[in-house]
Amino acid sequence: MRAAPSSALRAPSPPRGEGRFGAFLALALLLAWGPALAQEPAAPPDRPLASPGQEARAQAIFEVVRCVVCQHESIADSPAGIAGDMRRLIREEIASGASDQAVKDDLVRRYGDYVLFTPPVRTGTWLLWFGPALLALIGGLALFVFARRKAVETALLSPDEERRLADLLQRETVRPDPDASAPHDGR
Amino acid sequence: MAARGRRIDGTACAEPGPVIVEFGAFALILALMLSVLQTGLAATGRWRRSPLLAGGAEGAAMGAALATALAFGALIFAFAASDFSVANVANNSHTDKPMLYKVAAAWGSHEGSLVLWCLVMTGFGAALTRARGLPFGLKASAIGVQGGLGALFLAFAVFTSNPFARIDPAPFQGMSLNPLLQDPALAIHPPLLYAGYVGFSVTFSLAVAALIEGKAFSGFWPAWGRWVRPWALASWVFLTAGITLGAFWAYYELGWGGWWFWDPVENASFMPWLAGTALLHSAVVTERRGALAGWTVFLALLAFTFSMLGAFLVRSGVLTSVHAFAVDPERGLMLLGILGFTAGSAFALFAWRAPQLKGGGLFAPVSREGALVLNNLFLTVAAVTVLLGTLYPLILEAATGATISVGPPYFALTFTPLMAVAFLILPAGPLLAWKRGDLKGAMQRLALAAALAIACGFVGWLAFEPRKAFAAAGLAVGAWLILGALAEVVERVRLFRAPLAEVGRRARGLPLGAWGMTLAHAGLGLFVLGAVVETGFKVEAAAPLAIGGEVHAGRWVVTLDKVEIVEGPNYLAERGTLTVASTDGRAVPSTVTAERRFFPAGGQTTTEVGLDFRGLDDVYVVMGERRSTPEAAQAWTVRVYYNPWARLIFLGPFVMALGGVLSLFDRRLRLAVGGKRRPLPSPPGGEGGSRSETDEGAVSARSEVGM
Repeated sequence: MRAAPSSALRAPSPPRGEGRFGAFLALALLLAWGPALAQEPAAPPDRPLASPGQEARAQAIFEVVRCVVCQHESIADSPAGIAGDMRRLIREEIASGASDQAVKDDLVRRYGDYVLFTPPVRTGTWLLWFGPALLALIGGLALFVFARRKAVETALLSPDEERRLADLLQRETVRPDPDASAPHDGR
Repeated sequence: MAARGRRIDGTACAEPGPVIVEFGAFALILALMLSVLQTGLAATGRWRRSPLLAGGAEGAAMGAALATALAFGALIFAFAASDFSVANVANNSHTDKPMLYKVAAAWGSHEGSLVLWCLVMTGFGAALTRARGLPFGLKASAIGVQGGLGALFLAFAVFTSNPFARIDPAPFQGMSLNPLLQDPALAIHPPLLYAGYVGFSVTFSLAVAALIEGKAFSGFWPAWGRWVRPWALASWVFLTAGITLGAFWAYYELGWGGWWFWDPVENASFMPWLAGTALLHSAVVTERRGALAGWTVFLALLAFTFSMLGAFLVRSGVLTSVHAFAVDPERGLMLLGILGFTAGSAFALFAWRAPQLKGGGLFAPVSREGALVLNNLFLTVAAVTVLLGTLYPLILEAATGATISVGPPYFALTFTPLMAVAFLILPAGPLLAWKRGDLKGAMQRLALAAALAIACGFVGWLAFEPRKAFAAAGLAVGAWLILGALAEVVERVRLFRAPLAEVGRRARGLPLGAWGMTLAHAGLGLFVLGAVVETGFKVEAAAPLAIGGEVHAGRWVVTLDKVEIVEGPNYLAERGTLTVASTDGRAVPSTVTAERRFFPAGGQTTTEVGLDFRGLDDVYVVMGERRSTPEAAQAWTVRVYYNPWARLIFLGPFVMALGGVLSLFDRRLRLAVGGKRRPLPSPPGGEGGSRSETDEGAVSARSEVGM
């Protein structure tokens, strides 16, 4: 994916021996070092559930659960230790027969609404959930009313504008609109 | 600026470096003063109707752009030379970094990116002075407003975010740039994105100028629509390319297999894009028919307001995001002040003058205008949805203390259905005539495209495992957009209905803008196809692998061949070499490398994804950390994603941007920016050639140039 930086552009590297030592040191750090974003021990590797159906349900939940120490990452994506813990917890609950909703409810009890990427529908979030539909409705209604009222407004044009409009309409019928599609383009 | 001037001792000043940095700081202050001068001269020139003063404002605009460019050049020099006596360089660079990322670090920090912002703004301001055909008053006002915007942001840079501030004593080594940002895509992503964001400052200035000038002469609004379109289009192209590049960066650098997370910072760039897209369409109506003038002005103001809001959200740290790299709450407050002042005064002016913006051509609800109005309704509601989803958690927490998260599921339930409906009606729009369209005729001409699209959906339903009705519907919508766009071209060139020579003549006669629109709409369809298939059918698998171990993902099997330690210029990496083969053995196996890089300078680790391009599909391999398993002493967690049709997700927007570029070269739009052609026939008393219809100049010009 990445174009290898040409060596000519590289900054001068330290003397060879020092570089080796640095490499060794960094390697030691690399081996001891945990996940990228959270400064905490690495999560033990994920063990998928035996049943593919249950595992798929778990994965679907991971996608909508926020890693509570990360910046806008779901626990499906996050390498942080706590995300691993949360994944394990969810898998355990699903394996013990809890429904998806019960798992989510349990998460909300532990971590609050913040933990789900789906905000709850309650008094404080009505505007969030129904605002877009409301705006679309109002906008649509306004357009409808506007379209109906246009006919009335024509009568309110000044004589000058009337003349110009008539002139324009006249011209447009004489020379058809070139941007109209086939039946109108008159060639 | 605190420590500046301390290095007076001869040795330090003997080398050119320090002087150049001081020179850069000076150039930035000069740019600020020139911008203030630009506003003052333009305002006085406009008031006294003095071409001399207005010309002086244009000169000042040129000077401001030049001075900002010099300042930016000096900053890049400081980074290239690793001058750690400059605080900004010490905080964001490192001698071991490759040169490309040393240079890119110049806009990787808050201070540097602000200088880039100012550079784009003054650069567009300078370009605005070259715009031809603008009437005197409008041009002087627009240049004045642009100068004012430039002055605000330059003052912000000079007084609160001086990128040239010195530290004493200078450290021997810098703290390096976040390794996530050390990537070619991200090196060019911010400049493109900023060109888009800030390009809308010109539409903003032209809108404010139009509000100041009022309805200066009859036929003003069609002409104004034409003047504003190229700027809106250019900004839109930059923004489209910038967002796509950012999504691509997130896709292969973050190593999560995803490309859009509805992350607040992504939303911050998406809102101006939506407003800008609405503006593009509404400006067409204003240009061709003189209608919707008020609404177009509103959108022109809104697009840049969203740009500034985005800058505030990203820079202030009020958001938690994977993209927030340079944040500072105090400066955020200053940005909020700038945003409140500029947007507030512009919208107040709008509220005052808008009632006067009546008139324009009349049209029936079913017409090209009607379709574009509907487009605007959908895009505006979409932009508001994204705005709500981004700001609501902040507002709710401030108001009630309750914390919520708004993520992908919310947008899947609000934004996606909205767009789906919009996409269903989109192909009909271009087939409707202006003023009064023939809906039945348009539907007849689209019948074949609709039938084929439904067939595509059905084939997709059969072809992809597991069968998903939603994904099949999405496939049909994507195909519908592409086929609908093609149907429109077929209709216009009379393919299959006229002799081939006639078809060729018509195809050549089509304005570039028409081809641009077709490309943009088809590109949107490509994107929809890619997004639907990738989201619906991607397969993810992960397993701890020892050397020789394999993991299956869909029809692919990935084998870990070897792992070696590699020393990069400023990092160490564990590089895994893996073989990607298909389970049925039909595809040719290929080798990919994936890395896990450790950057000692900042103590951070990044993943370098291995991408195996398989036609439209990606096999995406991530090396995880080393661990020991019961079976093997050494194993690496390898995650594999099979992302079908992922190529289209990035190809689609690229095609859209290409369509925008094509439209920019349309003769009708070229007229407005620095072209050598004759000026528009429409300015007051302008020469309309032999035509007498000067007051509807834009309309008549269209007829001449048209087909």
